[in-house]
Amino acid sequence: MCLAVPVKVEQLLEDQQAIVDLSGVKTTISLALVDDIEVGDYVILHVGYALNKLDKLEAEETLKLFSEGGI
Amino acid sequence: MKYISEFRDGVLAKQIAQQIAAEIKPEQHYRLMEFCGGHTHTIFRYGIPELLPSNVKMLHGPGCPVCVLPIKRIDAAIELALRPKTILCSYGDMLRVPGSNKMSLLKAKSQGADVRMIYSPADTIKIAQNEPDKQVIFFAVGFETTTPPTAVIIEQALKLNLSNLFIFCNHVLTPPAITGILEPAKQAGIKVLDGLIGPGHVSVITGSKPYEQLAKHYQVPIVISGFEPIDILQSILMLIKQVNRQSYQVENQYTRAVSAEGNAKAQALMAEYFELREYFEWRGLGEMPFSAIKIKPEFKHLDAEQSFRLSQPTGCDNKACECPAVLTGQKKPTDCKLFNKPCTPENPLGSCMVSSEGACAAYYTYKPHTYR
Amino acid sequence: MALDIKNGTIEMAHGSGGRAMSELIDQLFLPAFDNEFLQQKNDQALITLLGQRVVMATDSHVVSPLFFPGGNIGSLSVHGTINDVAMSGAKPLYLSASFILEEGFPLSSLQRIAYSMAEAAKECQTPIITGDTKVVEKGHGDGIYINTTGIGIVSNELTLKPSNIQVGDKILINGTIGDHGTTIMSARQDMNFSSDLRSDSQALHDLVAIMVKASPTIRCMRDPTRGGLGASLNELAQCAKIGMVLEEAQIPVKTAVTATSEILGLDPMYIANEGKLVVICPPNQAESLLAAMQSHPKGQDAAIIGEVIEDKHQFVQLKTEFGGKRIIDWRYADPLPRIC
Repeated sequence: MCLAVPVKVEQLLEDQQAIVDLSGVKTTISLALVDDIEVGDYVILHVGYALNKLDKLEAEETLKLFSEGGI
Repeated sequence: MKYISEFRDGVLAKQIAQQIAAEIKPEQHYRLMEFCGGHTHTIFRYGIPELLPSNVKMLHGPGCPVCVLPIKRIDAAIELALRPKTILCSYGDMLRVPGSNKMSLLKAKSQGADVRMIYSPADTIKIAQNEPDKQVIFFAVGFETTTPPTAVIIEQALKLNLSNLFIFCNHVLTPPAITGILEPAKQAGIKVLDGLIGPGHVSVITGSKPYEQLAKHYQVPIVISGFEPIDILQSILMLIKQVNRQSYQVENQYTRAVSAEGNAKAQALMAEYFELREYFEWRGLGEMPFSAIKIKPEFKHLDAEQSFRLSQPTGCDNKACECPAVLTGQKKPTDCKLFNKPCTPENPLGSCMVSSEGACAAYYTYKPHTYR
Repeated sequence: MALDIKNGTIEMAHGSGGRAMSELIDQLFLPAFDNEFLQQKNDQALITLLGQRVVMATDSHVVSPLFFPGGNIGSLSVHGTINDVAMSGAKPLYLSASFILEEGFPLSSLQRIAYSMAEAAKECQTPIITGDTKVVEKGHGDGIYINTTGIGIVSNELTLKPSNIQVGDKILINGTIGDHGTTIMSARQDMNFSSDLRSDSQALHDLVAIMVKASPTIRCMRDPTRGGLGASLNELAQCAKIGMVLEEAQIPVKTAVTATSEILGLDPMYIANEGKLVVICPPNQAESLLAAMQSHPKGQDAAIIGEVIEDKHQFVQLKTEFGGKRIIDWRYADPLPRIC
């Protein structure tokens, strides 16, 4: 499982909600499962909920490892 | 798309494929299984098997909560949907899954049941608030990725004092499912898998720790993988390296989303509202102990199973169905007598054909040259 | 799969434009109506009347929501039938429109729809010359259903049909795929997506006119509506008994369509379009046809997306941007958003 996508947090709303963006498509989701989210963070979105914050540094590291040709 | 497109780069893919080719030992066979339906989907969508050397074989696991839900539970959902003054809310994936007597939720809809497709469990709260005269039942399915959102709406329903929202809970757990795949082979003294691509988004919630025991006990390396094709290729490379040095560890390839501990907040919410079921029947894998959860008794007014009387379940799978063997990697879909005759995605007889990520459905859709 | 005529009932899948609908037509309607015109399996029928080659096509519209970015059920119903006529290379001339209205449907909405139809018909110079109105009791209809039928004239030199298709032919499309279906899905009140997506609903007869001039030996055209590009190409492959290989990198898709599809777990290949056509032409005409399409506003994003190959399995294959290959299968029914 399962279908989840990294989306960017654009705006924090009340009631633990947020507006997120994926390449220009915006939707409102719940942040009830995560803490300390700020505008500009990326979260993993699944069935309308953020499951976790995406670690941008780790993402860059993973990509760097590929291009360096090692693990 | 940020953090998506970079992980779909064809040039990087070729580089990793070359590294895989350089790493494999020609005389060794590498049988790797991906547990998650989402991983199966990516593997076929991007044509990954074609990029792998011929002695690396991908086997497809049961990691699709749609596939492993027994007919009896679908029958129960259909029965609930057909009740008067009832709205049954379901994810799209479940709508076409056939239960007994060729019924499905969509067919129940055509017979007058109010079946509504929802994208998020949050929608069920709105529906319950807008339709106070109806009983709104949420057909909750899914592994640990999808369970925390259900916990959130239980909490909301309690806060809002909603008396017309019920959850038909069919949430299942991943580590027992992995045990269910690996245990039969261990008991028979044979090894069917050399490596396991571990679930990605389940692990966002559970963390990578729960798999350490499994890797050790069953002597199989596990690599937690992201869902983009580059993630899977890298995970395959990591598994091959472990196989070569006979290591049985849990490695995390999906470091941008998965930590060792997982999402503690989500875990706490689940623990607050759910408890373990002693037994649960899995389609294709049989009854497994402590493999699923139910709503705690103190919240029974939100539990559909406690609030509505359901008739005795009788549905069962076709006797010729080879799903148990396919799910555990012991047989290929084309080894099953029923495959394509008459078991097809439109007329699925077993769990592996039921959802588009089931092993048999994936074979049917993406490898028609193997059986036509 | 064989239909269970005795005990079976209609399912939503039968209207989805996919394989289920094809089976319903083949196993129930064709045996009942059997004639040479239907055997052609085109979206329109070609008849000779008084020495003229006349094309006739019909389409019914049941879309929900009725109003959406880029159009409404009215403009859709006009464009849809004009396109069905135009896919034969014909010049559309006249339309009929019949309405099934639900008791309680607001007259203001009906007027809005009627004016949209009038505007669309005027733009295409195809007046609505006859019609019918029926009303059903409240609860027995989705507000409004519209059927439009159109006729047009096609020149003697043009006989577009799937059996013209040959190995080596090129496959072209006039623009981005999946716009309409994604817009409709996003516009559903329970989905809270917002984007700049609009339905691509538009009439294509003027684009077709310059295309047939640029490439007089076009083999065949289809407008991929319900079921998407995937359904149309599979239908053509089955009819013509050939295979196809597409290049994913060449298939135009809007970013917003890709992003919405990612979130909902959909594949743009199977999502409805309402202003697109796919055309198959001889390989030596592909470049000039492409240039002609790109010079027209409705073909700006046109592209050559693949070619026809010999294949006894009649598969439609896709070479992924990633470097692998996969099969674009003929889906049974509409794609549904998934979580898994």
